[in-house]
Amino acid sequence: MESDVDSIVDRFGAKPTALIAILQEVQKQHGYLSEEALRRVAQRVGIELAQIYGVATYYRSFRLSPPGRHSVVVCMGTACHVRQAPRVLDALKQELGIEPGQTTRDGLFSLQSVNCLGACALGPIVVIDDKYYAKMTPLKARKLIQQCRKRAEKEVRG
Amino acid sequence: MKTPSESAVSLHPQLEALKKAGMELLYPPVPRITVGTAACGLASGAGEVLSAIQTAVKKHNLNAAVTAVGCVGFCQEEPLVDVLLPGRPHVFYRHMDPKKAAALISELSEGHLPTDNALCQFPANGHSPLVDLGIPSHSEIPFFAHQVRTVLKNCGFINPDSLEEYVAVGGYTALWKVLTSMTPEQVISEVKQSGLRGRGGAGFPTGRKWESCRKAHSPDGIRYVICNADEGDPGAYMDRGLLESNPFSVIEGMTIGAYAVGASQGYIYIRHEYPEARKHVENAVAKARSAGLLGSNILGTGFSFDIEISQGGGAFVCGESTALVASIEGRRGEPRDKQHLRTVQSGLFGRPTVLNNVETWANVPLIIANGPDWFASLGTQTSKGTKVFSLVGQVQNTGLVEVPMGMSLRQIIFNIGGGIPNGRSFKAVQTGGPSGGCIPEHLLDLPVDFEALSSAGSMMGSGGMIVMDENTCMVDVARYFTAFLMEESCGKCLPCREGVKRMNQILTDISEGRAKESDLALLEELACVIQDASLCGLGKTAPNPVLSTIRHFRHEYTAHILDRKCPAGVCRALVTYSISPDLCKGCGACVSACPVGAITGERKSPHSISQELCIKCGSCLDVCPTKAVVRV
Repeated sequence: MESDVDSIVDRFGAKPTALIAILQEVQKQHGYLSEEALRRVAQRVGIELAQIYGVATYYRSFRLSPPGRHSVVVCMGTACHVRQAPRVLDALKQELGIEPGQTTRDGLFSLQSVNCLGACALGPIVVIDDKYYAKMTPLKARKLIQQCRKRAEKEVRG
Repeated sequence: MKTPSESAVSLHPQLEALKKAGMELLYPPVPRITVGTAACGLASGAGEVLSAIQTAVKKHNLNAAVTAVGCVGFCQEEPLVDVLLPGRPHVFYRHMDPKKAAALISELSEGHLPTDNALCQFPANGHSPLVDLGIPSHSEIPFFAHQVRTVLKNCGFINPDSLEEYVAVGGYTALWKVLTSMTPEQVISEVKQSGLRGRGGAGFPTGRKWESCRKAHSPDGIRYVICNADEGDPGAYMDRGLLESNPFSVIEGMTIGAYAVGASQGYIYIRHEYPEARKHVENAVAKARSAGLLGSNILGTGFSFDIEISQGGGAFVCGESTALVASIEGRRGEPRDKQHLRTVQSGLFGRPTVLNNVETWANVPLIIANGPDWFASLGTQTSKGTKVFSLVGQVQNTGLVEVPMGMSLRQIIFNIGGGIPNGRSFKAVQTGGPSGGCIPEHLLDLPVDFEALSSAGSMMGSGGMIVMDENTCMVDVARYFTAFLMEESCGKCLPCREGVKRMNQILTDISEGRAKESDLALLEELACVIQDASLCGLGKTAPNPVLSTIRHFRHEYTAHILDRKCPAGVCRALVTYSISPDLCKGCGACVSACPVGAITGERKSPHSISQELCIKCGSCLDVCPTKAVVRV
């Protein structure tokens, strides 16, 4: 862990202006920002841990707990909203049994809602593991999750 | 008046070489096949189409140049494939999938240019004539016919990762002209003369901003330019489109701006939700640097300037200049009071800083290359040039459109956008994002112009234009925006932090049928206090969506409050679903669609919904083939 963080800090430079980029890279590699990683970043960059915690909790893109194996992101931008994105989100919440920001108990899925992904012409948009699904409906979203779950369970077993 | 023409200045030999190489790439002696792979294209499957084309080209042994390009703007029709045969016009094919793409390549390999799935043709190389192919010209397609494309002109035609192609379409002539024949003051004066105003929302005159920055005192002479690509307005994606389709135009604009204000370092601040845009910008910066168009002693002129890319962390308020600066400095993106110290005087690291939005920067090379008079000839008295809008929501043709300022909302929505789909009627158009407002039908003849939109209780904003039809509830829209802003408020000042939350509570009460008549007056009073007392633009404009919907759609509010009804059928607490026994054929489609098993009935006889079990998700309404499900 320490050496991972160190090499990231070395790459971006141990300066306060690189803090957000460093945290983003740490999260990219580890999936989330652990306390251990934040402590190491604080030590290396020379910023108080409290300040780093302030930054990590301020921005939406950072998470402080491990994510599920598969990420489900629902766009809640205005264009998606008027095309029934709230109903798509409801369907996903029900299908997964969790609220946005949570991970399913089996650790398979994390659900997240975001403000706008900028693919407004094709809304409502759902993104599963970086793959975009356009023009979603509650029914399509449920089916998508059911398919993903089947595949994911197979992976876990297999 | 000067017309858009080639600059009279002869080019630097290196630019000449790039231009020559670019022309060979753009107009090769073999078919050039391009696929629009901006994020919206990828969302519709452009990645798969591109690989299908590559496979088919190999399989048929077709000698062709296959390239990924950005977005031409007609996102509705994605994935789009453009086929350019030598000496012929561009032909765009729409709604492609791997199968259709393979068929297209197979036809091409046999020497046919198919008409199946063809959308339209565009002239190539500026002047090659359109051919009678049985495929309409772009000027016959309403979506393109009414646009004036200057900033977007090359988007979707050139490879966003190719410096050569950008130079071939006229890129970097403006920078070369600036560096070899203009003083910084002359550049500022031309930008002032053009009348360019900031495209990020507030519409501050760009030339004046540059002038203030140049004149501001810097203890060590350091100044910065920043490109604000933190496009946070939901429903707006003009900047993403530009960065994914023509990133070099933004970099060239920034370089010209840096020369004008005396900066040697610039930053592009991109939101983290735009990974594709970031990739293209990183590539463009690296290529410009290795070609000597960024870095020290640019093109041997002695001028030095470089760009660093900074990625946002996902905070809407970071679109505000002081918050954005804080974020680049690695801190929490909280705005500060700008009344006494503006960013142009003390911005990034306490130095004078010019911060302009992506589209503003992309306009700069055009103004320099074509002259300020050309730019000022487009638009209205106070709003010059063109504006790119993301036309989305309940409208037939969705996508990015560029129109001269002053075009009416009606022309944009009904002529370019093709009106409202599914025979529904128009209700409102939302502009300006969470800081803007909703404009009703009777104001649709308003021109898009900074002042006209503000007078209607909305604002130009960055260019999101979300069309809403009769199925949209305006109380729900206001509640949506307050929920958005409540989450995005940084919490520094009380009027915004607490006020927006209270507005959201009142709106939630209204949408759930718990509100009193007096709540509407309370909401308006609260809105005025938030407007007056908030620290930054986010808070000051947060009441706009609420006030504009009350102003133009008061009857919807009173229907919720007095009749406990949601006329659009959106507010869940106020609607019920039932099945009309006369129309129900008992097909059972709703039974399998219902996620909670609330619908029962014998096959081929009318079904019914248990109100106790129903979660009002509306899935039954979506699937019923006989329109027997009723929502009241």
